[in-house]
Amino acid sequence: MNSRYSILFLALSPALLLGQQPSIDINRDSDGGWPKPIPVSISGFSGEVDSVLKTDLLFMGIQNVSPDQAKYLISGSNASRVEGRVVERINKASILAKAYTGGSLRSETHALADDIAQALTGKPGIAQTKIAFKGESGHGNGEIYIADYDGHNPQAVTHDQTIVAAPCWAGHSTLYYASYKQGAPKIFSHHLTTGDRRLITPFPGANISPAVSPDGTRLAMILSKSGSPDLYVSDRNGGNLQQLTRTKEAESSPCWSPDNQTICYVSRERGPASLFTISASGGAPRRILSNFASTPTEPDWSPDGKWIAFTSLAGNFQICIVRAQGGDAIVVGTGEDPSWAPNSRALIFCHGPDHSKKLSLLDVPTKQVKDIARILESNSQSQPSWAK
Amino acid sequence: MKFNTVIKLSAVAVGLSLSVVGCRKGLEKTTPLPGRGATGVPETPPGQMIGGNNNNPPGLPIDTQPRPIPVTPPVDPNATTPLNGSLSSWLAAANNPFKGDTVYFDFDKATVKPGEISKIERVASGIKGMPGKALRIEGHCDERGTEEYNRSLGERRALAVRELLMHSGVDANLIDTISYGEDRPADPGHDKEAWAKNRRGEFILIEPPSASTTSNGK
Repeated sequence: MNSRYSILFLALSPALLLGQQPSIDINRDSDGGWPKPIPVSISGFSGEVDSVLKTDLLFMGIQNVSPDQAKYLISGSNASRVEGRVVERINKASILAKAYTGGSLRSETHALADDIAQALTGKPGIAQTKIAFKGESGHGNGEIYIADYDGHNPQAVTHDQTIVAAPCWAGHSTLYYASYKQGAPKIFSHHLTTGDRRLITPFPGANISPAVSPDGTRLAMILSKSGSPDLYVSDRNGGNLQQLTRTKEAESSPCWSPDNQTICYVSRERGPASLFTISASGGAPRRILSNFASTPTEPDWSPDGKWIAFTSLAGNFQICIVRAQGGDAIVVGTGEDPSWAPNSRALIFCHGPDHSKKLSLLDVPTKQVKDIARILESNSQSQPSWAK
Repeated sequence: MKFNTVIKLSAVAVGLSLSVVGCRKGLEKTTPLPGRGATGVPETPPGQMIGGNNNNPPGLPIDTQPRPIPVTPPVDPNATTPLNGSLSSWLAAANNPFKGDTVYFDFDKATVKPGEISKIERVASGIKGMPGKALRIEGHCDERGTEEYNRSLGERRALAVRELLMHSGVDANLIDTISYGEDRPADPGHDKEAWAKNRRGEFILIEPPSASTTSNGK
């Protein structure tokens, strides 16, 4: 960029940061946007089933409205078992009629919600998906937890009473995370069913921020063993280690494109933090513009490939999204560390003061937010990762 | 006549070789600017002798090949020194003489400020007088960064302090690093004073596991 123009841009951008968002209608049904929520009217359910169903559907782009505004009527009951029926309001066509047994009320309701989403949107639902996160207990120590996507049924995965960080999923049954169990942070893989845990990075310095490729075969991470925090990739077991960046400044927070070809990460090599992409097999980094958002950090690439969500350090923390090729960033919430849902529509993030954070769900197009209740044994939950 | 010529030529040859050698030594200490090779050495036009008269004695062959000026490869601005893995198992010594030498950083920066350098020099001279011991530098951040960003920035701060210790003559293999990101603030407050105390690099004196009486099994 011509230096004269870049100075002009810098002079303008603080003004633009102060609330004059570029007017991009992210509800436009076009490439990169999302379809408007499908209006439905829900009746007949009670208590937990009613609230779980409405929450699930909200984050799948289905909104509960009054019957006269609804396109579909969803009726059902949970008197004895969970039953649901979906009909088109105008022509009365039956879309779905199903009953659920054999699980808890919540799990049966999640199953109904997923079936409704599949029927109405044509896409798989997310109501039965899982998250991982860090639960902090005190003095920086904490454990890794998994839970339902809405934060229910939390289970501790680790019991080390040490500093842990940045859990990420490999498929649906393995987590990778950094642990200070052996002193400085090292990356471990942890199979959830067997409990089998392996040290992946036995190197000195910082071994942090693991990110497993969507196809589960490769691992990106930040290692400082060469004398500076740089981006590395390897096989998921740590073999075939390859250094991708070689800068004196700090790289952080790699994430993968859904086609496993590209890694997006943060680098301070050009002064203030910027988003970069680089081929997963090595090459020249390419800067990704995130206009109107200062200091982008902790990126996450949407599974449909279109968006990168990240945290802008702008006084308070802001959840932003930008198109994957770069451009104008859009603020979608207040908080940090977003992780996309598999449907590229919802995301989970956290917010709150240090050591007292809460997880929260966000429906990106409508900006509706729902806090997740804190788990009892931990005063702070952060660094969520949504299993995709 | 011939003898004088020999002396002159020898003087020139010595002069030239001295200037070449001197040129090389000079280059090791400087960072060449892009596009330039040597610094400070005047180029000798072909055929001209330095220090002597420019009249060629009759019959003497004149070497008109331009001599290439030796160029040291430019210092790689991204060169870093690897960490020593064997320090990972070393443990904190009972007494830490470097507690008061904590280095403080500006917000979102990993460069050591000029006013902090004397602390590093003090630690450097201290550790050089402690054979068998090493240093671990803890890098920390304030809460105004996100967690992984801070974990990387904290490490970069520890490494910046390590580099200056190396420049002060401490062996690179005796300096370990660990980043705590924002996990271990020195001051849990949420104001500028607290944040300033938290952006820091702390020196920990470490020694091999066998040196300590209590063994800390991992």
